[in-house]
Amino acid sequence: MKTDFKISPYLYLLPAFIMLWIFFFLPFFQTIVMSFYDYSVDFYSPSFTMFSNYSKILNSDVFLKSILNTFWFLILCVPALVILPLIVAILIDQKIKFKTGYKLIIYTPVVVSIVVVAIAFKWLYQPEGLLNYFFHKEIGYLTDPKIAMVSVAIVTIFKGIGYYMMIYLAALMSVPKELIEAAEIDGAGFIRKHLTVTIPHIMPVIALVSTISSISALKVFVEIYVMTKGGPLNSTKTIVYYIYEKAFENLDLGSASAACVILLILVMAFSAVNILCFERDKYKL
Amino acid sequence: MKHMKGFLIHLILISICIFCMLPFLWLLSTALKGAEENIFQYPPSLIPKFPTLNNFVKVLKLVPIVQYAINSTIVAAFTVILNLIFSSLAAYPLARMSFKGKNTAFFLILLTLTVPFQAIMLPVYIIVLKLNLVDSISDFGGYLGMILPFSVNAFGIFLLKQAFLKIPKEIEESAIIDGCNSFQIFYKILLPLIRPELSVLAIFTFVGSWGEFLWPSIILTKQNLFTLPVGINELQGAFSADYRLIASGSIVSIIPILLFFLILQKYFIKGTNEGAVKG
Repeated sequence: MKTDFKISPYLYLLPAFIMLWIFFFLPFFQTIVMSFYDYSVDFYSPSFTMFSNYSKILNSDVFLKSILNTFWFLILCVPALVILPLIVAILIDQKIKFKTGYKLIIYTPVVVSIVVVAIAFKWLYQPEGLLNYFFHKEIGYLTDPKIAMVSVAIVTIFKGIGYYMMIYLAALMSVPKELIEAAEIDGAGFIRKHLTVTIPHIMPVIALVSTISSISALKVFVEIYVMTKGGPLNSTKTIVYYIYEKAFENLDLGSASAACVILLILVMAFSAVNILCFERDKYKL
Repeated sequence: MKHMKGFLIHLILISICIFCMLPFLWLLSTALKGAEENIFQYPPSLIPKFPTLNNFVKVLKLVPIVQYAINSTIVAAFTVILNLIFSSLAAYPLARMSFKGKNTAFFLILLTLTVPFQAIMLPVYIIVLKLNLVDSISDFGGYLGMILPFSVNAFGIFLLKQAFLKIPKEIEESAIIDGCNSFQIFYKILLPLIRPELSVLAIFTFVGSWGEFLWPSIILTKQNLFTLPVGINELQGAFSADYRLIASGSIVSIIPILLFFLILQKYFIKGTNEGAVKG
């Protein structure tokens, strides 16, 4: 009986750790190792080159541009994904009818595959499409290098609003009703009441939404793959798209792995901040 | 004043709902327009003049969308089953037992949360090739290659660990006195008590797997194994001249997941609140 409880913890953990070893830890170390090898001369017997992959990509305009593009994309998405879902959640949280209906409709884009969402927007963005008709303009949403990234970011925002709205709705339940009522008695209007009571109260959740939406912005890929393929003129090429192109189109695994390591460092830094600062309770740290 | 405020809130929310539906409605409208109707006409009309289902019939005849949906279901279903098994087994000792190395195990699992799949996918690809888990070897291998890399998820382990922690210690103690071993406690007593969290994990894993695009698009080579996102993206190349067919295929592809969502809506609302498990 006693021995059962001594050995068994490890037995229960074993299956998960076998899978994590094969599909997580092993590839994690291999990515780092591969970033020190050159695959471009002979793909099957790569040669050790220390940091040359890193100096190669850090000196390449395309890679630097994809880093800048990724952060530009982050700046476009994150404020919108922090603020818009919060406004929607506050509106739904009022004493109104059809709450569930609103929640379901606004959440729908979250469950639909990003591929379909991107195809739908690509159709709206057509030169002869609905948006150009609606605004009486001839904007090349996906063909003008200056605005292609904005068009992609709108798709990401569209897909994310419902998801972050649900997180905010859960947080709003914890705002004490007495505080809101006190603010009302003091004569605070709708907007003022929420700015002074609700928002300070759910600040930790606002911070959480900022970090998780930043992390997913750093990893953006599918929207770009479906809509622009990184173009026009590399204006929507992001880090993950760069990795994809280097690895699967140029078969330059060394450069791709070096880019992977840079992505790793960026994302892990954001995640560490997120877990240590905002999700301590969730993981009981 | 009060009525005015309520009216305004509904007005804003209805506009947001229209914004959320418009891309799909426009896609649906395009799919319903027949060959005699110009889909680029000015001014555009949302309601088709001569609505027809011909595009749907045509796209279903030309493209094996039903097969794609079956593939997506197989991949998502087995990803869910493996996640439930591996996550609940791993979460059990982390929540209910004390043992040497517990903190290390906990830290390693937490570490996996910080690493994006995109950054380690190249070696995963090589490993999957070496293990013959690709469709060029066998269909079975192809399915496994899509399922196994996503068979454990740290989010799942933490979600279930929290669930196990909520159960009072006394339940286990009395079971030990009754002579239950650790697996009986796990399987007969604790698992039934965390059924709500298991459903949340199952549903979010299913939606995540169903929508996954990058990984299957990298490893798949044979059309008969395509999942829906991969197959629908291919429509763009196949019917570049005819957006009606691309639109019809896209609309057909979202029907299963929309039904799934509507039937299980209460779990979606609850699940995002509980764990923020993102697909």
